[in-house]
Amino acid sequence: MAEMDTSSGGGHKKGPGVKKSKKLSTRVDLTPMVDLGFLLITFFVFTTTMSQSTAMKMTEPKDDSTQILKVKNSGAMTILLGKGDQVYYYYGQLEADKLSEQFKSTSFKEIRELIVAKKKATNIDDLMFIIKSDKESTFKNAIDILDEMSICTVPPGHYAEVDITETEDLLIRKTEEANNIK
Amino acid sequence: MPKVKIPRKSTAIDMTAMCDVAFLLLSFFILATKQKPPEVLSVTPPASVSSKAAPDKSILITLTKEGKAFLMLGDDTKKGEILQNINDIKGIGLTPGEMAKWKKAAFIGLPLNQIKSSLNAAREIPADKLPGIPTDSTNNEMIDWMRSITNVYAGTDQKKLEEMLLVKGDNAALYPSFKRIKEAFKKNEIYKFRIVTNGEAVPIGSELYKKGNTQ
Repeated sequence: MAEMDTSSGGGHKKGPGVKKSKKLSTRVDLTPMVDLGFLLITFFVFTTTMSQSTAMKMTEPKDDSTQILKVKNSGAMTILLGKGDQVYYYYGQLEADKLSEQFKSTSFKEIRELIVAKKKATNIDDLMFIIKSDKESTFKNAIDILDEMSICTVPPGHYAEVDITETEDLLIRKTEEANNIK
Repeated sequence: MPKVKIPRKSTAIDMTAMCDVAFLLLSFFILATKQKPPEVLSVTPPASVSSKAAPDKSILITLTKEGKAFLMLGDDTKKGEILQNINDIKGIGLTPGEMAKWKKAAFIGLPLNQIKSSLNAAREIPADKLPGIPTDSTNNEMIDWMRSITNVYAGTDQKKLEEMLLVKGDNAALYPSFKRIKEAFKKNEIYKFRIVTNGEAVPIGSELYKKGNTQ
């Protein structure tokens, strides 16, 4: 296919004084070209990142003051997101004299186990995760915690995003100061 | 006994066919990879385990790390109507010529009162210098935008609109800026929307992983 007929006619003979030129084959060794081809393929395959962006569903509650959901203290866990990817949590309701015992800080790595533990220990009907984002927490934190809910298969309706209260905000500030988080 | 002569064959193989295959594959991969659409706004979205692909045709709100909001109207059939609607409601007073020019813009990243002057400006403002759509609590223009969008899509299926609404935020964007966008949705009675994320594998051993394996 890639060969060419290089033999010259064959018929006419050259004169006696004419030197016979050496016939060079036109066959090219294609091995380096194949090497190059595959090298390029490997290069392109490895450098292309298969990034398919996905979409995560978000459902917001209606702001209806007449339909305030009552949550049992025993089944509630409040997760607070602070700056520097910090996570704080407490169970039930905050009580003024037991603040330091109740209010604990953790990280995104450990929160999963805590969510699973709470989920297992609580009757599913009473279970409620309340997520509150501090004004210095990031968009990533807000999405990560929702993602954590789906990783731990917390059924929808058993977690909700709620605005942070002043007491909680103050507690976060104090903990941040104590732990020196910037 | 006569010796059996084994004919010696050349070990050189014709590489032409292999070369053809290599370059065919190369050209196939180059042509088949979909080029990422040029992004004027660089945003790194957070990761999630969600596996549903983001729709191509969408109304996209981009939130940059500085907290600026940009709006991209991806549905070309309705884009003109949405722009016309907000022009009428907010009284921007654009001429048909200006409207046509506005329709060609890839995204909206200016307060409503600056739109007219920017359309007539000789030079376009570079994307990173745009102030973004104001979303402050006192002047949340995103609410006006969402109102116009819901007005235009009023006749169609609400679910279809909800599937089109996307919010793409940067990892480092602060939560309040995201909250104000959520407020703009809520004010227009949109309670469902989607967040653009980067796909991520389900962590091994987690509840969701076990559930996926038993199913």
